[in-house]
Amino acid sequence: MDVKGNELQKIWEKGKEGFGPGHRTCSGCFIPTIVRTVLGNVPDDCEPVVSIATGCLEVTSTIWPHTSFGVSCIHNAFENSASTLAGVERAYAARKKRGELKKKYKFIVFAGDGGTVDIGLQALSGMLERGHDILYVLYDNAAYSNTGMQRSGSTPYLASTTTTPAGLESTGKAQKRKDIMSIVAAHNIPYAAQANPAYLDDFIYKIKKALSYEGPKFLSVLMPCNYGWKFPSSKTYDVARLATETNFWPLYEIEGGKYKINYNPKKALPVEEYLKSHKLYAHLFKPELRKNLIAKVQEEVDKEFKVLGKK
Amino acid sequence: MRALINGNYAVSYAMMQINPDVCASYPITPQTQIIETFSKYVADGKVTTENILAESEHSAMSACIGASAAGARVFTATASQGLAYMIEVIYIAAGLRLPMTMVVGNRGIGAPLLLHCDYSDSFLARDSGWIQIYCKDVQEVYDTTLMAVKITEETKIPVMVMMDGFYTTHGEQVIDTLSTKQAVNFVGKKPKWPNMLDSKITFGNVSLTDSNIEVRERQWRDLANSSKSILGIQKGFEKFSKRNYGLYESYGLKDANTVFVTMGSSYQAIELTCQELRKKGKKVGCLRPRVYRPFPYNELRAELKGKKIIVLDRAISHGAEFGPMGLEFQGMGREFYNVVYGIGGRDFGLEEAKDLVGKFLKGKQKKFQFYGLRKDLKN
Repeated sequence: MDVKGNELQKIWEKGKEGFGPGHRTCSGCFIPTIVRTVLGNVPDDCEPVVSIATGCLEVTSTIWPHTSFGVSCIHNAFENSASTLAGVERAYAARKKRGELKKKYKFIVFAGDGGTVDIGLQALSGMLERGHDILYVLYDNAAYSNTGMQRSGSTPYLASTTTTPAGLESTGKAQKRKDIMSIVAAHNIPYAAQANPAYLDDFIYKIKKALSYEGPKFLSVLMPCNYGWKFPSSKTYDVARLATETNFWPLYEIEGGKYKINYNPKKALPVEEYLKSHKLYAHLFKPELRKNLIAKVQEEVDKEFKVLGKK
Repeated sequence: MRALINGNYAVSYAMMQINPDVCASYPITPQTQIIETFSKYVADGKVTTENILAESEHSAMSACIGASAAGARVFTATASQGLAYMIEVIYIAAGLRLPMTMVVGNRGIGAPLLLHCDYSDSFLARDSGWIQIYCKDVQEVYDTTLMAVKITEETKIPVMVMMDGFYTTHGEQVIDTLSTKQAVNFVGKKPKWPNMLDSKITFGNVSLTDSNIEVRERQWRDLANSSKSILGIQKGFEKFSKRNYGLYESYGLKDANTVFVTMGSSYQAIELTCQELRKKGKKVGCLRPRVYRPFPYNELRAELKGKKIIVLDRAISHGAEFGPMGLEFQGMGREFYNVVYGIGGRDFGLEEAKDLVGKFLKGKQKKFQFYGLRKDLKN
């Protein structure tokens, strides 16, 4: 899909109405990009109603007496943004049935990886299983960034976080990243996709597609964290792009149970290019080049991409 | 209408009459009958409530918060470990000033795992900012469930209604129910409160050092003042039902020199005991706090002035000098004693009440004691 310039402008303007200026995210953060792109693609005849988990988005957007949200938004706690919005969505059903509401709404969760794949997994699973009409957007920065970059279930293999620091006896996180997309897919929901804001056309296509379905839908979106991953704030787009060009973060969708890879780099770059684009893997390059470990990551990435292609 | 009914059925019957917008719940003994019966009402089309059968108590309360923030009349029920599991969001519901009604079938908290009644579950939420009302029998549970809906919507403070696990949740009693028309008229049309679907609004801001204590002070003040609303609504209820409720209930206080204080169903045994002793000329009385939060300190202090008081506690505050109720009452009266009884559902019927009251009338007792410990289980 190719999004034309004037349409992009419209999406951006609308997104800014939903999530306005005044937020306090770090410069170079992609969270506002993600939130605005999603809100900007809500159909004009619907009002977005948002639930946010405790995390970067929440603490940077709703510090009393301010709110950056131009649409209705609720922050309840860390692990329950899905069940909270499930309550809102059923309240809508009840009140509509009783003639109290005329407008149409789109119900959207924004939560980080900690609030989704770890502490919020149960609430997410319950919401998906019960079939609420909710779009769940995971912004995945691969760690608990808001509290200072501790490991999460979504932290990838060998990443050095503040709780899995590389050291004399450690080469970073010993486990692989939790496959949240497969977990979500196991709930047999109408639509789930993995996206990357650096591939804006694809991201917009997936938002529109997701919102066209009734019932639960899920977007897993890459959110390179320049503060936590330690790269210059001007490089977020480049880091994000490398994640997909190396097949580290493939773009794909699961529609009615059918997998489709949306972008297959003709010649994938070596994963080393991505690993050295920020500091989560600095220990693989200094004080000495750990070729065997880099090769191990490459092997995993190749294997996973191959498996994905066969799904 | 007259009905032979247990506490759980009485609650779901009351809620069926009101037909709330949303119910979000999770099964747990001893309240499960409430949500089972209510789900059957949904299945049979007797209510049009959206029934969220959540995957945990934490999510059930989270959904109640979302639904109330979206302008819905919301109801739930829980107990014991379930209440403990939702405690984080119980605080949030009160902090966000969201109206909702929750019924609790009191059951202690493990370990060791247990099924039966004490107040260690709802006392966990004592400081959460909810209104807490403890009922003694099925009639009171039915009436209070209806009143709670009105109280929460008037005060914008969530209301917790307690009944004793198994004694009241499962004990059948003959009660008078209102006609559905009466119940609906009494509870009234749902007022509108600021919500996410009628306006564009942000709920759940971060409040840092510049504002947090002010928010809390306002919350504290409003809860303290909510007794006015509670009393007003109870008066309104009395007008047509002829059943009257106060912030507390008492017997023989006026000229009693010894007063036994207890909560929930055990009050019935204590009251019967006091009535019998009165016939024998003993100046005994009893008192039952019904509204535990906000606690009517001034009224109780005045009522108990100059009296010897024995406060019965169906919960323990580990490491403290007295039980949770004892801590509320210490300093009231002329002489003060505190007795922990009935933990984990150890029976406290007429026999035990007579025995305990008799002991205190007979001779010197310790300031604090556990009542009725088995001698053969000494450890």
